[in-house]
Amino acid sequence: MGILDIKACTKRFGGLVAVKDLNMALQPGDLYGLIGPNGAGKTTIFNLITGVYAPDEGSIELDGTAIHRWKPAAIARLGMSRTFQNIRLFQSMTVLENVKLARHMRKKQGLFDAIVRTEKLKEEEKEVEHDAYELLKIFNLDTRAHELASNLPYGSQRRLEITRALATKPKVLLLDEPAAGMNPQEARELMRLIQWSRDQFQITILLVEHNMQVVMGVCEKIQVVDYGETIALGSPREIQGDPKVIEAYLGGA
Amino acid sequence: MRKWIYWLVAIAALAGLQASLKGLIGAYNYQIVILVGINIILAVSLNLINGVTGQFSIGHAGFYAVGAYASASVVFYGGPSIRAAVAFLPAMAQDGVLLLMGSFAAAITAGLAGLAVGIPSLRLRGDYLAIVTLGFGEIIRVLILNLDVIGGSRGFSGIPQLSNFFWVYLAVLITIISIHNLVHSSYGRAFVSVRDDEIAAEAMGVDTTRIKVMSFVISSMFAGIAGSLFGHYTMYLHPNSFLFTTSFNIIIMIVIGGLGSIEGAVLGAILITIILEVFREFGAMRLVNFSILLVLIMLYRPQGLLGTWTLFKKRDRAAPAN
Ligand SMILES: Nc1ncnc2c1ncn2[C@@H]1O[C@H](COP(=O)(O)OP(=O)(O)OP(=O)(O)O)[C@@H](O)[C@H]1O
Ligand SMILES: [Mg+2]
Repeated sequence: MGILDIKACTKRFGGLVAVKDLNMALQPGDLYGLIGPNGAGKTTIFNLITGVYAPDEGSIELDGTAIHRWKPAAIARLGMSRTFQNIRLFQSMTVLENVKLARHMRKKQGLFDAIVRTEKLKEEEKEVEHDAYELLKIFNLDTRAHELASNLPYGSQRRLEITRALATKPKVLLLDEPAAGMNPQEARELMRLIQWSRDQFQITILLVEHNMQVVMGVCEKIQVVDYGETIALGSPREIQGDPKVIEAYLGGA
Repeated sequence: MRKWIYWLVAIAALAGLQASLKGLIGAYNYQIVILVGINIILAVSLNLINGVTGQFSIGHAGFYAVGAYASASVVFYGGPSIRAAVAFLPAMAQDGVLLLMGSFAAAITAGLAGLAVGIPSLRLRGDYLAIVTLGFGEIIRVLILNLDVIGGSRGFSGIPQLSNFFWVYLAVLITIISIHNLVHSSYGRAFVSVRDDEIAAEAMGVDTTRIKVMSFVISSMFAGIAGSLFGHYTMYLHPNSFLFTTSFNIIIMIVIGGLGSIEGAVLGAILITIILEVFREFGAMRLVNFSILLVLIMLYRPQGLLGTWTLFKKRDRAAPAN
């Protein structure tokens, strides 16, 4: 059984079929690439998986539990985390607070602990802060922990979003174009870091990109969508030579 | 341990001031000081939902009214039997017990009202809360006007005077410290995450509806306590004390002070209460002057007097936002 199983999912926006009869199966530990030209439906697939939209047809299972009627917060609590194509950080919070927020769903403190600042709360805060710093170090953000998230440069904001998503301790992590806006050098470094995180935290990663070159190096399995439909599925090598993929990318460009 | 010593010192200081304050500053100023305290509680609590959590409630006076009338009713009708039960205590302590019971009833009733208003309106996106809280404030007022057991349109008179500087400022301290602690806990981060980006908050596992309702109910409970302190100070309640303009003034306090900042809410409450008192002399011109002043402040300090400045946060080390 897979860790993430999407079966025959369809999502329509009025007359537009954004995702059509989608099947996708991720095994634990996969670093799975989802690629396709602009408007192919990649972000919509993420929104279906994370509960922002409910599919019109089909089912989605996370680790054996059907989640396609759940609310986003409930899905997140079950072990799904994500980043956004258009960065969505908490702008008025510091870098550190952004990461600490990710632990809210696992908090042990109650309202009473919070209001009277019990020892239990202080200990938990210390632990959460420590963990947050550890993660920030990995992503090279610890020196800016007390700056407002909105003050970070673009590339750092993208890395902070990944850090925040990892801080939820997910089983499955969805990354929506994490290298967008980065130069090739930065993009390569980020991909290495993503690969390393997958191994270190033993998670499954679904990576969306529309730049094929970026994913070719890191993903073991790649699924290509165009106009909401899967047009190819296989190893990077198989994908690269697939005439339908070449057609989609050349046609789209 | 240290915490308890601080509280003891604070209580002793408040008790000392209670004994001497009226003699020092006179009855008129004393009354303004009390009013300032009550408005601080109202502003700091409204700031939790409007400033920290980013929702827009414009009916805070409704919860203030619910608390005032709930406490006055409990004390007015249940007072004699409660006093009999604690007859062994000195009179001052009996007053304290009554006020605590009244305030407790006020907090619970106002909190339940907050729950009833918050659950349906906060589940929806957008500005439903504003519309519903506006309606709620008016409904409560009309309801009270028609309830004869609590005085109806004649007003509720004969409420025992139980609150004074000591109790009001003890409540001010408790309110500020509780809400400050809350804002600096995991709940506080969740409140702010909802204000900043609801979609991202949900994606991080924050149940945004629940968090909004929680913030709203806590805010309502403190408004209820403010109501209790008010009724047991003035000894008379009338629905006209809880008009829409009352809610509006509390909003002005937190906007002037800097939305989201507790210190700002305190400063705003002090300033606006005093300004409204001073402008009383202008009679009909009061509101005109008041409005001109507000416009001027907003022109020169659109982020509020304190902006998002806060006394306690490490955030201040951050580079200035621009
Ligand atoms: N909420 C929505 N309402 C209507 N149409 C939508 C909505 N969201 C997406 N779409 C449409 O669905 C299609 C797929 O969009 P989606 O954002 O999933 O593409 P994408 O593969 O992520 O593209 P990109 O590479 O540009 O990010 C597009 O035609 C888009 O306009
Ligand atoms: Mg997209």
